[in-house]
Amino acid sequence: MLNNHAKLMQFFSVADGVTGRKKLQKMIYILQKCNVPFEEKYQFHFYGPYSEELTLRVEELCNLGFLQEEKEDKSNYYQYNYKITSTGEDFLDQFLLDMPDMTTKVGMLKERSSRFLELVSTMFYFDDLPLEENIEKVHTVKPKQNYSHEEIQEAVTFIKKLKDEDK
Amino acid sequence: MTYRDEQLSEEKVFKDPVHRYVHVKDRAIWDLIAAPEFQRLRRIKQLGTTNLTFHGAEHSRFNHSLGVYEIVRRIINNFQDRPHWNNEERLLCLCAALLHDLGHGPFSHSFEKVFKLDHEYFTQQIIIGDTKVNEILERVGPGFSQKVADVIAKTYEDKLVVSLISSQIDADRMDYLQRDAYFTGVSYGHFDMERILRVMRPIDDQVVIKSTGMHAVEDYIMSRYQMYWQVYFHPVTRSAEVILSKILHRAKYLYETNEFTFKLKPTHFLSFFEENVDLKDYLKLDEMIVHYYFQLWQDEDDEILRDLCERFMNRRLFKYVEFNPNLQMNEWMELYKLFQQAGIDPEYYLVVDSSSDLPYDFYRPGEEEERLPIHLLMPDGNLKELSRHSDIVESISGKKRTDHKLYFPKDKLNELQDEAVKTRMKEILYGQGAKEDVE
Repeated sequence: MLNNHAKLMQFFSVADGVTGRKKLQKMIYILQKCNVPFEEKYQFHFYGPYSEELTLRVEELCNLGFLQEEKEDKSNYYQYNYKITSTGEDFLDQFLLDMPDMTTKVGMLKERSSRFLELVSTMFYFDDLPLEENIEKVHTVKPKQNYSHEEIQEAVTFIKKLKDEDK
Repeated sequence: MTYRDEQLSEEKVFKDPVHRYVHVKDRAIWDLIAAPEFQRLRRIKQLGTTNLTFHGAEHSRFNHSLGVYEIVRRIINNFQDRPHWNNEERLLCLCAALLHDLGHGPFSHSFEKVFKLDHEYFTQQIIIGDTKVNEILERVGPGFSQKVADVIAKTYEDKLVVSLISSQIDADRMDYLQRDAYFTGVSYGHFDMERILRVMRPIDDQVVIKSTGMHAVEDYIMSRYQMYWQVYFHPVTRSAEVILSKILHRAKYLYETNEFTFKLKPTHFLSFFEENVDLKDYLKLDEMIVHYYFQLWQDEDDEILRDLCERFMNRRLFKYVEFNPNLQMNEWMELYKLFQQAGIDPEYYLVVDSSSDLPYDFYRPGEEEERLPIHLLMPDGNLKELSRHSDIVESISGKKRTDHKLYFPKDKLNELQDEAVKTRMKEILYGQGAKEDVE
């Protein structure tokens, strides 16, 4: 029961706070691609992989009082930040979750910008393509982001590091 | 004349209860509708188990797909000669609209969860694989099928084309809200689509709404919100979905044990049980086949499979109570043990279902660059996110209503001989002295 909710709570517990929904979306997707068994279904959207299921589940966790959501007005838009509550910690304690340790990966993701994570998650989304085609696809689906050669190289290195963590 | 430009000698129309008529003039569209992979959609209901709650909801994915095609056809007619619109993309949009749900299987939400499938993957496979649909699309032009697949996957380079088929106010949603409202018979779900189509504008890489049309969009958002809670999340439908999922889990489990022999080999399900489904197997399975097996499984030797199928086929559904995982976690654990003690397997008969388990959503503006919101085109040419301008939408999208329900077979509880166990179960489920007859 509520195993998928508990898995997310485990993530929030490890992350100790996440700044922004976009970042949260990309972090969970990238972790999923790194064999962390989150089950939220993702589709490609305007800004890369996005999961409606994740959005809803996080809303549920907030309504249950397991997560605290803070809304920040950034003049043109709102930013939403999340933190696990003590009730959430209690809920998590009741579960015996069989989750791999994601501390290092979460740490690596947390310190990156949402723009960079959007690039990384998009590259992961097309990871069945050879690297050249993958990069071409990123430019095709994200012409406005105008990712530089350096950013893409950095993303390639970052993905390799994440995968090395699995070994 | 090339196949891409070929028109029928006379326009064909399909009578449609929502849009009155669906108009077809392109030869390619006519041929796609006749393809076996598209005809298969006649045998897959748009709303899965909802007909067990709203008996009129027997409409199919075929009806809906034609509806989405018709809406896109009308939008494109309005877009002709407008800046930002490239009419070269017309047939691509129409094909993508028609085929966007091609990969849906029977009761696809439950099947996807249990057998780890993805209907979008099968949509792609039908379009680019060895199928009649692919043959027709490639006749339009080499590589055309891949373009259609990319539009549906939302990875096509022209985002404007993608947003017609898939965005927060797209042809897909506009059709299913109205169609589902019509067939369920509910009074919500209706909005002035003609008005919305008139105020839609292609701008750069998205479709926006002229600010003068804001009220029509508010109505659409309200419809979406009401359909979400009144139809899509209806607790009785969810009960049927819970049972359906448990049937699939049980049948898969029995197959995996290697100790159970089905009276009739479940040939159509084998690759699903083995999580090794290819396109050929996938296309063979429709609701007729699923019902056929459920009918047979009512006579199986396994008591759980037999009981669950009998419940599903005869609409003897689970009852439910509201459940708060925060306040009732300990009680749930006690209940789980009591079910075990009473010989009612809680893995199949005690199920928590959450709103996030369902594949529908209502409008949320979201965060910047989280998801593309609905934009209003203001008189000064600027774009403004809808909820920043509409009090009604702000009020709806600001509310985060979620819910969790606990499903169980009340009849089985009533049959229990152990009065102490039965009483305690009911105390937990209904609270002491609380009303029992939740329907």
